[in-house]
Parts: sequence; C-alpha cells; structure tokens
Amino acid sequence: MIPTAFDYTKPATVEEAIAALSDGDSKLLAGGYSLIPAMKMRLTQPSKLVDISGIPSLKGIKEEDGEIVINAGTTHYEILTNDLIKNRLPFFTQAAGIIGDVQVRNRGTIGGSLAHADPAADWPAPVLAAEAIIDVKGTGGGRSIPATDFFTGLFSTQLLPDEIIVAIRIPVQEGARSVYLSFEQPASRFAIVGCAVLRKADGRVNIAFTGVSEAPFRDRGAEAVFDGKSWDTATIDTAVDAAIGEVDVLSDHFASSEYRRHLAKVYLKRALQALA
Amino acid sequence: MQIHVKVNGVEYKHDVEPRLLLVHYLRDVLRLTGTHIGCETSICGACTVHVNGKAAKSCTLFAVQADNCEITTIEGLAQNGELHPLQTSFKEMHGLQCGFCTPGVIMTAADYLKQNPHPTEEEIRTALEGNFCRCTGYQNIVKSVQLAAEKMSESKPVTKEKKEEVVV
Ligand SMILES: Cc1cc2nc3c(=O)[nH]c(=O)nc-3n(C[C@H](O)[C@H](O)[C@H](O)COP(=O)(O)OP(=O)(O)OC[C@H]3O[C@@H](n4cnc5c(N)ncnc54)[C@H](O)[C@@H]3O)c2cc1C
Ligand code: FES
Ligand code: FES
Repeated sequence: MIPTAFDYTKPATVEEAIAALSDGDSKLLAGGYSLIPAMKMRLTQPSKLVDISGIPSLKGIKEEDGEIVINAGTTHYEILTNDLIKNRLPFFTQAAGIIGDVQVRNRGTIGGSLAHADPAADWPAPVLAAEAIIDVKGTGGGRSIPATDFFTGLFSTQLLPDEIIVAIRIPVQEGARSVYLSFEQPASRFAIVGCAVLRKADGRVNIAFTGVSEAPFRDRGAEAVFDGKSWDTATIDTAVDAAIGEVDVLSDHFASSEYRRHLAKVYLKRALQALA
Repeated sequence: MQIHVKVNGVEYKHDVEPRLLLVHYLRDVLRLTGTHIGCETSICGACTVHVNGKAAKSCTLFAVQADNCEITTIEGLAQNGELHPLQTSFKEMHGLQCGFCTPGVIMTAADYLKQNPHPTEEEIRTALEGNFCRCTGYQNIVKSVQLAAEKMSESKPVTKEKKEEVVV
C-alpha cells in the first residue's frame, strides 16, 4: 500500500511549522501511527507533510504553576514512564500503558491522538476527566481550549487547519484519585469502551467516556449523583443507572449499541468501586 | 530528498521519494530482506526494526522520517559472527515454525529486554502484543524470550559448552 506522492518538510520551530501549514493541502506528521495508515489506504492525500517530531519545544513533561504540562509531541511511552505523571495523574499512566502495543507507544504522541480524535482513542477520556486545557497555536495566534469544548464529533475537533496543539495542561488537584479502565478491541487495543474517573478530595467526581459515542464526553448526569452524597454502594449504583442517559451510542462490528451501553455501565461501576 | 542513515552500523546516503516507506527502503534499496512485510496495516509487527534503539513498525514510517537515525534490523543483531542470545534461544526452544513473524518478534523482544531484563511470563506476553504469529501459538516464543533473558543476565558471555549446544 503506497500513499499518493507528497512533499516533506521538517521544521525546527512551531512558528516554522505554522508557516509551512498555511500553504496548500498540508498536514502535520507527528508519530504517524494514525496518519500513515490512513494515507496508505488513500483515505487522506495531503500534498505536503510537516514533520513536527524534531521540534524541541513540543517535547517533555513538567509541573509549573499548579499545572502538569505535557507538550504535544510527547510519546505515549514517555508519558507511561514519567514519574511525575505516575504520582500526579495515575490514570494517565494507566491509559498510556494500554494504548496499542510497544511499537505504537514508542512513536505515537498525545497531541497526534487528540488531534486525530478517533472515537475509540484512549487519551480523550482521562484528558476530559482531568479538566485539561489544550493549548494551540496558529497563524491567528494562540488560544486555550478546554478539553470539554475540544472534541466536536467523529474524527473532528475545534482545531483549524493551520493550528498546532502545543501542550496539554492539567490542573493539579491535591488529594484527588483517578482510574482509567477500558474494554479493548483485542487486535488493536483501541477502546471499545473506555471510562476515566477522577475523584476529588471533597468527594465530587468527574466521569468521562471514550469509545461509546462519536465524540468522547463528560457524563454530567452520572457525576451529579455524587453531589453531597457519600461514596457508598447505593450512590455508585444510582450513578451507574444514570450513566449514558440519552447519549447516542455507537454500533459497529465489534459491539452493538446495546452491548456498548452495557459495557460502559460495567466499566463505570468497576472504576467507581476502585476509588470507593 | 536525500537521507542519511546508519543501518546496522553502516552509513548510507540515498535520494528517496518522501512516500517511500522505511520497510521498502530496507528491503528494496538496501536489500536487507530479513525485515518482513506481513499486514502492511500497522498491526502484525513483522516489519519491526529499531529506530534509535526503540522498536518501531517500519511499514508505518517513511524513510525520510528516519533521516539521521540509527536503525537496527534483524541482520544487525549478531555481533562478530555470534548470534544474539535471542536468536540462539529461538532456535533451541523452537520459537518459530514458518519463521515469518520471527524477525519482528525478536526485534521487539530485544528492545524490551533492555528495559526489563528479568520479565515474568505475563510481562513477556504483554510486551509482544504488537507481534502476531500464525503458527506457534506463542508458547515457545515466550519460552525462547525467557531463555534469552536468562542467558543475557549471566554476566559472562555465552559459555563454550552452550556454544557447542547451538552448533549441534
Ligand atoms: C496498531 C495500532 C494500534 C493502536 N491502538 C491504539 C489504542 O489502543 N488506543 C489509542 O488511543 N490509539 C491507538 N492507536 C493510535 C495511536 O495512539 C496514534 O499514535 C495516535 O492516535 C496518533 O498520534 P501520532 O503522533 O501517531 O499522530 P499522527 O498519525 O502523526 O497524526 C494524526 C493526526 O493528527 C494531526 N496532528 C499530529 N500532531 C498534531 C499536533 N501537535 N497538533 C495538531 N494536529 C496534529 C496530524 O496532522 C494527523 O491528522 C493505534 C495505532 C496503531 C497503528
Ligand atoms: S507489516 Fe508492518 S505491522 Fe504488519
Ligand atoms: S512462526 Fe509462522 S508466523 Fe510465527
């Protein structure tokens, strides 16, 4: 499988990358583990690839001003093996560890995954539950998009064609605990259902799902059940009943919508029990 | 576009089309046909090589992305005519049948054993998630990696006795 011909450029800075993006039908190339398979099937035929893997400012993880900052070009493997993430955001470590396989984790990046917005991608769930902000830059300057506004549908986001995700910022929540669980497609390990839960020190909870619907989402109905309630079996069961609600649940050859809805509730229950 | 790569210790410069996949560069330009093409869809792992020491599926990488990188293929594992412990272990434990998946499996395992020299059976199975084998049922692949881990953690190089075993 050979993609259609394209030009290739490898800028050294974000500014050069933005400039390269603004001419023709150009596309960013990060790890390539979503884009190249799509190009080989000719589902996408960009005229130019702008390889951002050599931009130093897009690499690395740090804690700064009460936030964990993960730069967009950080690979799944680098997140998986990072101690700051392990201590502060254990559900990011869990998600990183179950994405694809060793080879995918070695090259795929968190920025590429969020931009691609595959409905079965793992990152969107913990990113939504952690109240992350997605920083992007383009010819019009920079903007910060809350994760809750970022995903707009199947493979679609708020990103404009000349915008680059530069970083994912996550507020540090002292005393919070978190878990990410997924029911994986056995060959690719993509999430048929993925559920991320963040339990805050005051007992409130953020619940996010991926794989369930065309876009990942926060489940406000299930979250609201915990307001002013204690974390007992009855509350958990009520939240599980309330979960998914009116959501339009995906159906494909891996799982019918009925089965997916069931799985989503089972995985939510397990995640909540793990934090009880 | 001109690329400059070091493959199995040898430096190469070639003019390539940006759309040339690394696996085609290795097989068709360098004639290193030990790296196999199985699925071409990024799933099976038969095309696994090391790029700057880390396992990658070379069917999901353009050769231009490997510019200025060091690449190791299955042909580069043996040192000074001595097979790598993974290679001898696959032979001893019957870790292959048709052998099609083997170069990819060994390259993934070689990267993994650097990070975790004493893996459990479960850890080996997880590490090899991205490598599919249609023949063996994986049991002997796991045993081969376990044996290689043992050999590699012995501080001494392979003993004379073991060398003879390999020859037999
Ligand atoms: C066999 C296999 C199994 C996989 N299993 C899983 C899995 O279990 N779970 C999972 O979540 N994912 C899985 N993936 C997908 C993998 O995680 C990808 O690496 C990831 O989705 C895309 O990241 P990338 O860096 O490779 O992006 P690329 O493929 O390089 O790019 C993807 C898209 O994002 C754009 N883009 C890239 N970087 C940026 C940026 N910084 N700003 C704006 N746009 C950008 C590109 O233009 C392109 O449109 C799997 C992939 C394979 C091949
Ligand atoms: S040929 Fe590359 S993963 Fe199958
Ligand atoms: S030995 Fe035949 S595919 Fe693995």
